[in-house]
Amino acid sequence: MANDMKIELRGVKKRFGPKVVLDGVDLALPKGHSLVVIGGSGSGKSVTIKCVLGIIRPDAGQIFVDGQEVTRLRGRAREDYLRKFGMLFQSAALFDSLPVWENVAFGLIQGRGMNRRKARDIAVQKLAKVGLGSEVASLSPAELSGGMQKRVGLARAIAHDPEIIFFDEPTTGLDPIMADVINDLIVSTVKDLGVTTLSITHDMVSARKIADRIAMIYKGKIIWSGPTTEIDKSGNEYVDQFIHGRAEGPIKMEVRH
Amino acid sequence: MNIFAAIGRVTLALFAQAGRLAFFTVDGVTSILRPPFYWRLLFQQMMRIGFYSLPVVGLTAFFTGGVLALQIYTGAARYGAEQFVPVVVLVGITRELGPVIAGLMVAGRVAAAIAAEIGTMRVTEQIDALTTLATNPAKYLVVPRIVAATISMPILVGIADCIGVMGGYVASTESLGFNGSIYLNNTMNGLETNDVVSGLIKAAVFGFIIALLGCYTGFNSKGGAQGVGAATTNAVVSSSILILAANYILTNLLFNT
Repeated sequence: MANDMKIELRGVKKRFGPKVVLDGVDLALPKGHSLVVIGGSGSGKSVTIKCVLGIIRPDAGQIFVDGQEVTRLRGRAREDYLRKFGMLFQSAALFDSLPVWENVAFGLIQGRGMNRRKARDIAVQKLAKVGLGSEVASLSPAELSGGMQKRVGLARAIAHDPEIIFFDEPTTGLDPIMADVINDLIVSTVKDLGVTTLSITHDMVSARKIADRIAMIYKGKIIWSGPTTEIDKSGNEYVDQFIHGRAEGPIKMEVRH
Repeated sequence: MNIFAAIGRVTLALFAQAGRLAFFTVDGVTSILRPPFYWRLLFQQMMRIGFYSLPVVGLTAFFTGGVLALQIYTGAARYGAEQFVPVVVLVGITRELGPVIAGLMVAGRVAAAIAAEIGTMRVTEQIDALTTLATNPAKYLVVPRIVAATISMPILVGIADCIGVMGGYVASTESLGFNGSIYLNNTMNGLETNDVVSGLIKAAVFGFIIALLGCYTGFNSKGGAQGVGAATTNAVVSSSILILAANYILTNLLFNT
């Protein structure tokens, strides 16, 4: 079972001080699939992704990527491991000290040691893939709109041909049309590249569009998972409340955390 | 009871902070020796930390040297020892005021800038983005700054020494009626290698402290604009205090050399 899975989390736990953020997360993602984790703010979505990337070290549990246990990786082994990943951040997280093309080429220049001219050519190709012309390449990230920053972030995430891409709230902060453009881009790039993706979002429109499977996280646990087509008949009242966006139901909004 | 609890809390927090700083320092210093090396960034940081600090450090040194000559003259004249003004200015500047004043000015300029830049990168997830692009943030951000500051500060202080002595010369010849060539002659005769070298050693240590604390507070900032502001303040205050404390220790160690 474990060998067919690209990413597998078993009983991952994490707490910050007294607050339990992940309370035994189990998640399995087959190669080439697109999984979307949905859940409210503060339910532990981002922490899950950061645990897989080793940015946050879980307190307990195991994480397997390609069958390799990764939570204890350090130094060079960890850098090699991270080359498998691309990530699109919620706020794009572009390096504002570098021009757009160098942002896109960053993983190639710093991670792979490619020479700058060649890396720039590839960066321009990747920018074209996300619908941006070469005139954008020499601009600074601060000169771009939110939607364009997201596109550059996507180009950066795919520039080094990763096997796995993480999307952290890809549509948050965008207008509905730009959100749909980004969703289409995600779907088409994923199809082109044949990669495995894990996304987190609370935008159901986006989730339905980009997911093969959906999992819902609540209070640090996965409470439901299944194919996207079955989410409307999950029979789970937490899921129903979330996908219909109702204030009334079993999920109580915690005002303080 | 409450007083003891409060004292205990503060003490524990202090030790925790010192421990975190120690780990951060070890991580930063050991990263210096491990490839990859970012020469381009090192050069960039030397320009920012060293070269662009020249005007402010030079002006400060000039006026400090001038004031030193005026004040020493006031004291020396009481004992008819005016001929010692040049050598006391020389020793005061090279052993003490050159490194300390330059250290404090650079702490205000550079520690703040480093903390603000890295703090902003932290809160906008740019540091996490570095990690996902298989780039070690300690090597990419911390090492170039620490190395650049540790190399630049002695060079800056060497220049500040010359300008400070010149400040003393200008004040002495313009306001105190010293003969210029006799003043210079006395200065050159009083010059000892160890005065200058001990000052330059101090400068290197101060440079290290400035960059380290700028990076440390920046890395640990959280919570948006306010957090970055607090980090910037902390960087300046803590590096200034540590510079003065280190100055005392180093002066003790270097006193007999």
